[in-house]
This record gives sequence, C-alpha cells and structure tokens, in this order.
Amino acid sequence: MEKEEKKTNITFYIRRFDPAKDEEPREQQYNLQVEKGMTVLDGLHRIKETQDPTLAFRFSCRMGVCGSCGMLINGRPTLACNTQILDVTQNVLTVAPLPNFSIIRDLVPDLVPMFEVHQRIQPYIKRSDRKEMEDPSGEFFQSQHQLEKFLQFTYCIKCGACMAACPTMATDRQYLGPMPITQIYRYCVDSRDDGRKERMDIVAASHGAYNCHYAGECSNVCPKGVDPARAIQLMKKELVREYFNLVGKEPCAKVWHLPENAERKPKIQAPARTVGK
Amino acid sequence: MRETAYWIWFVIAGLVIFVLGGLHMAVVHLSGIVGIFNPAGAEAVAWENVAFRSHSTFFMIAYILLLAAVLYHGFYGLRTIVFELGIGKACQRSLTVALWIVGVVLFIVGAYAAIAAKTLGAAL
Repeated sequence: MEKEEKKTNITFYIRRFDPAKDEEPREQQYNLQVEKGMTVLDGLHRIKETQDPTLAFRFSCRMGVCGSCGMLINGRPTLACNTQILDVTQNVLTVAPLPNFSIIRDLVPDLVPMFEVHQRIQPYIKRSDRKEMEDPSGEFFQSQHQLEKFLQFTYCIKCGACMAACPTMATDRQYLGPMPITQIYRYCVDSRDDGRKERMDIVAASHGAYNCHYAGECSNVCPKGVDPARAIQLMKKELVREYFNLVGKEPCAKVWHLPENAERKPKIQAPARTVGK
Repeated sequence: MRETAYWIWFVIAGLVIFVLGGLHMAVVHLSGIVGIFNPAGAEAVAWENVAFRSHSTFFMIAYILLLAAVLYHGFYGLRTIVFELGIGKACQRSLTVALWIVGVVLFIVGAYAAIAAKTLGAAL
C-alpha cells in the first residue's frame, strides 16, 4: 500500500492586476494543499485549474531553461518552476510580478524594453568576413582559455531576474541593466567576435556600465548561477584598457579548414538570419 | 569614451582623497600620535599649529590637490545621481557644463585661500 504524501496548507498571496478593471495592483489570497516537491509554478497551475481560471502568468519549459516564469517569490526574483514551495515557506507565500517592469496582467511583466536593449547590443558574433559568416567553410578556432573567459555568461537565459533585483534599474529607467551589460562583455571578450568597438560605444555611454551601484544583487538572484556583477566590473576593466589602448591587436579567430579528403558530417550549415533580413 | 575618462578621473580622485584625506584626518584628529605636523603640541587647531601647516609648501600642495579631488569626486557623484532621474541629453550636457564651471570657480577660490595663507603667512 502506498504511503500517503503529507500535505501542508499554504496561503498564497498573489498580486493581481487587470489593466481593464484595476487602477492599482491588489493582493488576492488563495489556500492550497501543497505536497513535497511541488514548485511555485505547479501551485499556480493548481490554483488556476481549481480556484481561479482568470489568474495570468507566463511559463513554458517548466525546467528552468526558457526563463519565462520569472517572478517575485517571497520578495526574491526567481523562476517559479525552479522554486519548490516548501523550500521557501511552511505557511505563507507571496507571489508578485518582477519589479522594474510594467505589468501586462497579474504575474506577467512586460519584458519588451529589456529585449529591445538586448537587440540593440547585437547579441551575436559579428565579423568583418561576412562571406564566411554566411557560407562557412570551416570552424573558428578557439582555445579552452579563450572559451572560459566568457563561458559562464553564455548560461544567461534572459529571465529578467537580475534586472528586477537591480537597485539602479529601479531608479534609472534608461540604465542598460545587468543582463545586457553582461552580454556585451560576453561578446566583447569572445575571440571570434569583431564587433567590440560598436558595443563598447553603447556600454561606455551614460546609463551604461559606470552607473552600476555595486549592490551585487543581480548575481545573488540569478537562477542559472551567472555572475552579472562580475561581468559589469570586468566590462569596466575592458573599457579602461580600451581607453588607454592597452588591448592587444590580436586578430579575431581564424577559420580552421578541414584536412584534405576529410568530410564533416553533418555538413556545417549557415544559421538562419534573424536580424536585418 | 568621454564617460570612461570621467570615470577614470573619478577613481583617481577617490584614491587621492583616501591618501590626502587620510593625512588630513591623521593630522587633525590624531594629533597626539602624529605630532610631527603639530609642533606646538597636541591641539591641532591651535594658532601655532595652523600657522605651521599654512606656511608649509607640502600642505599647501596637499590641500590644493585634496580640494581638486573632493570637488571632482563629489560633483561626478552629484551628476550621476541627477542623470539617474532620467533627464534628457540636452539637460545632461547643460548640467555637465554647469558643474564644470561651478567646480572650477570653487577650486580657484579654495586654491587662492591655500596659496594666500602660505604667502601672507610667510610675510607675517
């Protein structure tokens, strides 16, 4: 006979906001029987299915990969699918949309401004040899050391948790934010990239890297263990190196062609163009 | 890259404040321990001690440098705070120019006071 799971009664206080009806966001209370292993996202689904079908929240992968379900859980910006309810509370759970973003509805923040900035920094490898980019003949060489310079920053899933935790974002709406600055750094130190100058002009302007207040909360809340605060400080170092012309004239990574008579399987295909079609 | 230059000078000014501000604090508040700049005894603000420091070329240069660093560091911070309020580009430029003018005027007045204290003190 299966042992019955112990259930705990948890009171959810969920911030609700319907722009068509509400002038200000309000708290709504729900009671839920929670089992061990249940995530906040599971809890929200259970509430939506059994108590209130009007509750709106964003989600997709349910396993901490897509970054869709970022929200403020007990005052901490994090992923709802990555947070087990009984790990953070035994009685009361508050759930609110990510701060520093306007609210579309209930727990759904408007992430468009963040992605507009992300698009502006050109978050892809830029090279002068356009022909090679569009019709690759080989692979770009990169050593382990060169890879490790930026590897951890590639784990960012753009969930917006760092942007929500950033005190500078709260006061300066024009501030680029931890995520875009981290991505600028990620591409600036990538040995395959040629777009350093253009991105540096963005990050060195006012409301760029120099406006960071060193709170470090972005790194504290990142659900993927990325360290944006470190990236911002390293970005400043790169900017100073650039200003004093201390950056070596190292050419960007060369294309390594396959040996003669060798065939690569599968054949390298040019990526589909998503920008500047 | 102008912001980078501003920020580099901001950091340098911070270091200057750390060293020269530390010296000032030590001379004034630890006068019982750091007695070499207070020949008239532990009372750092006694006339003889103030006069001694005013007549010293080292202190004149140190105070002028400290003044420049404090003005630059403080005004850079003020500028950053005001920029965070979300003012437009034109306002940002105007504020930067205004702070430069106010800063330079205050520096001239302060530097004149330090130089005058030395030269007038020497004449007494």
